Amino acid sequence: MTDLVLEQAVTFAAQSASLLTFDSFLLSVAAKIAFALGLFFVVPLVGGYMEHKVMARMQHRRGPVEAGPFGSLQLVADGIKFIQKEDIIPRAADKWVFAAAPGVALVPGMLIFLVIPLGPGVFALDLELGLFYALAISSISVLGILMGGWASANKFSLIGGLRAGGQLIAYELPLILAAITVAVQAQTLSLVGIVEAQSTFMLPGTDINVWFVFPQIIGFGIFFIAAMAELSRPPFDMPIADSELVFGYMTEYTGIKFAMFLLTEYGGMIIMSALMVVLYLGGWQLLPGVPLPGCDGAGGLFDCGWLGTLAGVGITLGKIMALVFVMVWLRVAYPRLREDQLQRMAWIVLVPLALLNLAVVTVAKVVF
Amino acid sequence: MTGHDAVFLLVALFTGGAALLTVTSKNLFHAALFLAATLAGIAGVFLVLRADFLALVQLVVYVGAVAVLFLFGLMVTRAPIGREALDGQNRGLALAVSGTLFVVLSGLIIQSFGGVRAAEVTGPGIREIGIAIFAHWVLPFELLSMLLLAALIGAILLARRESGESGEESVERRIDFGDEPSTEAGAQALPAADTAGELPAGEPVAGGER
Repeated sequence: MTDLVLEQAVTFAAQSASLLTFDSFLLSVAAKIAFALGLFFVVPLVGGYMEHKVMARMQHRRGPVEAGPFGSLQLVADGIKFIQKEDIIPRAADKWVFAAAPGVALVPGMLIFLVIPLGPGVFALDLELGLFYALAISSISVLGILMGGWASANKFSLIGGLRAGGQLIAYELPLILAAITVAVQAQTLSLVGIVEAQSTFMLPGTDINVWFVFPQIIGFGIFFIAAMAELSRPPFDMPIADSELVFGYMTEYTGIKFAMFLLTEYGGMIIMSALMVVLYLGGWQLLPGVPLPGCDGAGGLFDCGWLGTLAGVGITLGKIMALVFVMVWLRVAYPRLREDQLQRMAWIVLVPLALLNLAVVTVAKVVF
Repeated sequence: MTGHDAVFLLVALFTGGAALLTVTSKNLFHAALFLAATLAGIAGVFLVLRADFLALVQLVVYVGAVAVLFLFGLMVTRAPIGREALDGQNRGLALAVSGTLFVVLSGLIIQSFGGVRAAEVTGPGIREIGIAIFAHWVLPFELLSMLLLAALIGAILLARRESGESGEESVERRIDFGDEPSTEAGAQALPAADTAGELPAGEPVAGGER
């Protein structure tokens, strides 16, 4: 059976080799799952800590200082607190749906970390359909939010769930359209392949290497706005809107289930930032046209020594954290949009703009 | 029985069980959730049969969009929140239709693919699928999308008619990007009498209610 599954995994996956692939099939699987889970449980905490600190500094506060050095273990302490708290289920709630909802929201996030490349060979899988896989899986977590909103048997939760459903459906379209445009320019859906395509993309008529963010600055803007809306983060936090809906679909959740919803949000921030880094910001390339130390594969991005590999991972994580910083900055800087403004912006502004962007890039791709 | 068969059997049992629960569930919302599980299970079946692209399409279209739309629709309508139950009355008819469909489809599938071993199937890559759709079959593909578009526009038109007045555009205050007051008082301040003359006689005036 192992051989058969392995053979299938080879046809389904493996465009380029991962560092986590060993001779033993089971060892490879264990290492890859550990890699994805490790990413999912560690990097979002770093992002969350940064949000605490950055928001505090922007508001002239100090943020967490007591737990651990510079308050860096605050979220770990929060996690321990969440585990200890009483798990309250409202009497009128639909118990099973109520209990399953945070899991349905959380698991897709874990699955996406399987395809996100952090550096040369540092990824669990390089699927031929990597980008499509990430977008398809991420569309499932809406289900968890709707389940939570409905099963709580609370009108604030229901309205929050409704708003979340409408918002996530609306902003998924521009998100996917912007991502498709990148795939058209890169001529591949593999996330590693897109990074490679950026390292070899030259401005037409010259030999200046640029990332996709330059020819597709509109697409990057659309993707960024849509990603913020998909995460329901301020200024797009209408589904939660604490001043009018208590806490939206999360109102009735306590303890570990609430923590799971929270982790879904932080994980989503990392996932969306990582996708933007891979699609638009050159992946683990430090600057356009600059090869990593000790790498001699295509565009100076592959076949690296340990130094180049470490540098690549560091660069990717640095770029991800820079994008998370911008997200936090926008959260602090802008007020919340009204529900109708939010829907109009998606359907009347972003979707036509994304379609136009797709058409222009497709024509340019054929012409040049 | 190989490992492949065992995995297929597990996925098929999951899908079948979820499908059975979809139709036997008394709660509408639960039925929609089981439907989502069934559709996800079908994606799993595609994956076992190495149709990876089809599996992802199944996930994004049916689980991510259709099932979500069902749930969304249920939440807007008066479906009971919580644990109340509903029951349909069309058991016999549903059984007859689905039974016939099952027999016809399984007959066709066995006739077409009866001799092929599932473990030997290898699907085409995404490149081949793309070239097939957008080069060789582009005309049928575009025709199908036109059909979908027509259905979409028809649905919007029908939905609008039902809420408006005999197909005529009702007077409503459009709230722009924060330019105008969005309060209910602002909407009610719109004089209803102005619009009454333009509407056909006997129609209730909806302008003030919006």
